[in-house]
Amino acid sequence: MIKKSAEKIYTGLIVLFMYAPIVTLMVLSFNNSKTRAKWGGFTFKWYAALFDNQAILQALSNTLSIALLSAAAATLIGTAATLAISGMGRRSRAVFMSVTNIPMLNAEIVTGISLMLLFLSFGIRFGFGTILLSHITFNIPYVILSVMPRTKQLNPSVYEAALDLGASRFQAFFRVVFPDLLPGIVSGFLMAFTMSLDDFIITHFTKGPGVDTLSTKIYTEVKKGIKPEMYALSTLIFLTVLILLLLVNYRPKPQDAAIPGAERTQK
Amino acid sequence: MKRKTVWKKLVGLTAACCLLTGLLTGCGASDAGSAAGDNGEVIVYNWGEYIDPDTLEMFESETGIRVIYDEFETNEIMYPKVEAGASQYDVICPSDYMIQKMIDNDLLQELDFDNLPNAKANIGAQYWEQSEQFDPGNRYSVPYCWGTVGILYNKTMVDEPVDSWSILWNEKYADNILMQDSVRDAFMVALKLNGCSMNSMDPDELAAARDLLIEQKPLVQAYVIDQVRDKMIGNEAALGVIYSGEAIYTQRENPDLEYVIPKEGTNVWIDSWVIPKNAPNPENAEKFIDFMCRPDIALLNFEYITYSTPNDAARELIEDEDIRNSSIAFPDLSQYENLETFTYLGEEGDGLYNEMWKEVKSR
Amino acid sequence: MRKKMSKKPESPRISYFNQTAMTAPYLFWAVAFIIIPLLMILYYGLTDKSGAFTLVNVAAIATAEHAKALWLALGLSLVSTVLCLLLAYPLALILARRQVSQQSFLVLIFILPMWMNFLLRTMAWQTLLEKTGVINAVLSFLHLPALNLINTPGAIILGMVYNFLPFMILPLYNSLTKIDPSVVNAAYDLGANGTQTFCRVIFPLSIPGVISGITMVFVPALTTFVISNLLGGSKILLIGNVIDQEFTQAGNWHLGSGLSIVLMAFILVNMVLTGIFDKNGEGTAL
Repeated sequence: MIKKSAEKIYTGLIVLFMYAPIVTLMVLSFNNSKTRAKWGGFTFKWYAALFDNQAILQALSNTLSIALLSAAAATLIGTAATLAISGMGRRSRAVFMSVTNIPMLNAEIVTGISLMLLFLSFGIRFGFGTILLSHITFNIPYVILSVMPRTKQLNPSVYEAALDLGASRFQAFFRVVFPDLLPGIVSGFLMAFTMSLDDFIITHFTKGPGVDTLSTKIYTEVKKGIKPEMYALSTLIFLTVLILLLLVNYRPKPQDAAIPGAERTQK
Repeated sequence: MKRKTVWKKLVGLTAACCLLTGLLTGCGASDAGSAAGDNGEVIVYNWGEYIDPDTLEMFESETGIRVIYDEFETNEIMYPKVEAGASQYDVICPSDYMIQKMIDNDLLQELDFDNLPNAKANIGAQYWEQSEQFDPGNRYSVPYCWGTVGILYNKTMVDEPVDSWSILWNEKYADNILMQDSVRDAFMVALKLNGCSMNSMDPDELAAARDLLIEQKPLVQAYVIDQVRDKMIGNEAALGVIYSGEAIYTQRENPDLEYVIPKEGTNVWIDSWVIPKNAPNPENAEKFIDFMCRPDIALLNFEYITYSTPNDAARELIEDEDIRNSSIAFPDLSQYENLETFTYLGEEGDGLYNEMWKEVKSR
Repeated sequence: MRKKMSKKPESPRISYFNQTAMTAPYLFWAVAFIIIPLLMILYYGLTDKSGAFTLVNVAAIATAEHAKALWLALGLSLVSTVLCLLLAYPLALILARRQVSQQSFLVLIFILPMWMNFLLRTMAWQTLLEKTGVINAVLSFLHLPALNLINTPGAIILGMVYNFLPFMILPLYNSLTKIDPSVVNAAYDLGANGTQTFCRVIFPLSIPGVISGITMVFVPALTTFVISNLLGGSKILLIGNVIDQEFTQAGNWHLGSGLSIVLMAFILVNMVLTGIFDKNGEGTAL
């Protein structure tokens, strides 16, 4: 019992550590003073102002579209690559995995700069497209590394059995193999989406005129003092995701109807 | 079975993400699409938070030219992007010495002042004169904002009179001093205190300035750029090196703050509009610059960003007499000695300064 | 234990579709957006302004300022990595023992902060740590002396641990959930106590997760420039700051690239180390 509560306290402390700054931001979003340094009373005005601020809304829409598109493209390319890599011999597999590791292991600043140099020297116009390409690049490894463990758990004989039973390769793959991969693919997609959403450095070096994501917008604001609308927006995003997460998690299901008690019945 | 529930949740969450994205992208995009754009576009590259967004909308609705607006943090980030030509801009707003560098490297086109009647009529003569230092003959640039660099101090924390850069070396204020985190501005302070020119290329003078900055480092709370503003408002520090434009804003938020131009002299800087050689829409660029020189527009921008405007006509329109005659916003420069404007020092000079600055920072 | 595992025959491989067609997009992508950009860095780093070959930019790491920045960055990121490991391991153990239906939720709880922008989160720490910040306000309310928290190496380490902790938790958690419970039970049945089971069974089996966690924390911590700027008051110059300054302030891209090459060398070392622990060449998963 003591161990149980010690575990709970420990988890709680880490959660507190992770969420302390987030709570701070939320509080700041209700601060009536324009600067972070002063508490000027409670207000909702930044939330109202947020929906009038075209620049922030545009940055939000850019951020989300880039995150979605890059995560989707990375998932597609990455999953295909994983299947191919898992079918390779040891040596080529090692080579491919090393290359895959580069964007993850390389300093973000080096990745960002190297992509900037690439776009510059090939005369590609900086803009939405260059950000998207860069994000796909650093997202692919996350997908590969999420899907890879799943391919190892696959049982090839099931696939072969499906072929023997007259399924086409296509059918056999999508009916038999794909469902087993799906959890890996989905978590890869989510990871990629999150990384893209949170990226600043690479976007900073590869963005072009008039295209801002929330990160780059915030960075220019950091220097001039963050607009409180940004706090309001972050609070909204955060709460939305949190609520979604809770909804998805606590959707009533017959087998864990007794959620509150479930923990105690565990050994 | 169990495993299934886990990934069902993940799928659900993913689907929710997509939906959210779709929704938000939808509304964001539809709003932005309604802007004007019949008469082409103009791509503007300006400092972060350096314009009143309303003026951009006014420009769009009056001219039908769509504004594509981008921001940079430092002159040095802006320069390679323009030089490489991968991002083409119509109007840029660099600082004095950077304009000189761009002229030297043949990146700017000459302005046709016949298309800039507001600029000719409204910008004060003394600012054209100042600009001659980096743009001889005033052929390439139209002043947009200007100011001085000085010391902002908190009256409740500093009891002695502040009139010299030397107070930034006073050990009484250890850990209460904010310095500028940019090479030229930091060296300006030390060079001026030593009585040298802030455009000095003399290695001995620079080494002395470097040593002075190293000596100061233990007293410095942080090297910051625009964050001086928030930190001073929040009483985080007693003294800070700051641009005069920020001073008005900080005083409004925290009446304990006072701004002074030190007696050893300081930097008088000008940020000006220029049109790069590779601008895709130079005519629209001129229209944009001239629009920004209109008194009512310049006034809006002054009130929004609080940086001094070189636009005399706009200054006349300022209603608050205290601000119109403010010695912070519009100091009488003839009162001060040793005022200078940064000039471009060439690659060698830049290298020298950067090398020495690194020695300060890594100490 | 590990010896046995590495002798295990490789699982039979199977190609589902045309191998080339599946590899081609990624191969193209990797060459265009990973390999070529790296070659560009090499090119810039190994040439001077006139385009002639030189090693000056790489050798510049030996100058006093750069070497100090590198050592400082190495020191701070090592400390942060160790702290992350110490904080994350018990948590990962706790999480991995939870009911499966709760696990995904709990893990997501630790990813969720990443949805709040990285810069904003770090800014928020400023508000907490400042002289007039939240923590000091609480202290003075309790009549305790104020602490000097911000603009210190400690604040930078805190920022690193805070920002990169999820990257440690995830791989650890993943490797721990992969451990077959029957192996652990067998250890207990054979008379091992809790400590022995942990040291001899659980920890060795989680090494892939430890390695990938260390990599994923150490590398970004080593190269960060934002955290040291925001929480260190720019008084502490790390190698990431130097590179950033060369590109964005000094405009010396050749030097910036040269120093980046040095950083890449560390990543190479890391990859070799990872390779030693990961004999199957599969990479350790997130």
